[in-house]
Amino acid sequence: MDTIEKIKQQIAENPILIYMKGSPKLPSCGFSAQASQALMSCGEQFAFVDILQNPDIRAELPKYADWPTFPQLWVEGELIGGCDIILEMFQQGELQPLLKEAAERAKQNESDAE
Amino acid sequence: MNIQNNIEQKLLAHFEPAHLEVINESYMHNVPNGAETHFKVVLVTPKFAGKRLIQRHRAVNEVLKEELAVKIHALALHTYTDDEWHGLYGKAPDSPRCLGGMNRKAS
Repeated sequence: MDTIEKIKQQIAENPILIYMKGSPKLPSCGFSAQASQALMSCGEQFAFVDILQNPDIRAELPKYADWPTFPQLWVEGELIGGCDIILEMFQQGELQPLLKEAAERAKQNESDAE
Repeated sequence: MNIQNNIEQKLLAHFEPAHLEVINESYMHNVPNGAETHFKVVLVTPKFAGKRLIQRHRAVNEVLKEELAVKIHALALHTYTDDEWHGLYGKAPDSPRCLGGMNRKAS
């Protein structure tokens, strides 16, 4: 599978997805650390891709997303933003409802499919 | 040409800001002395009214496209309208500490 296809699949299959440097438990960059910390504080399950382990994604995603930097938060197939946007939304109380609704819709779709 | 000046000139010309700070935060990171790789921008302009954060950041990224493509490694953006900025009492959030990036030793 080529890289863009792989990215599209990840974005489609994970309602809450963060592309970051390192992992939420062991982030390799201060911006990725703050962003994943905010996500964890919201209490919803989320997926992550470590772009340091995936150089092809690191190279291709900025072009595909038209977004130059990492981390990148994707919710239900849409780019929400990078670290500053994630933190600002978190502080304004906008992030948690966004993630909660996304997680609830994903659960609903799963049970509908059964 | 100094990158910091370059960024300032472009943002001033494009956004006509009520307030602009371009801060070189490279010293906080694992890069050589005098490097211009990590920047923080605080930009207050009426042009952001009615625009979502992602639209504001995309607008700044577009203006700084050339710098982002080759020179800038990290760009912290804090974008406000005049009213939002006054609500913050003129203080944007601090940037995070460096965690070593690619050069961190595996523990």
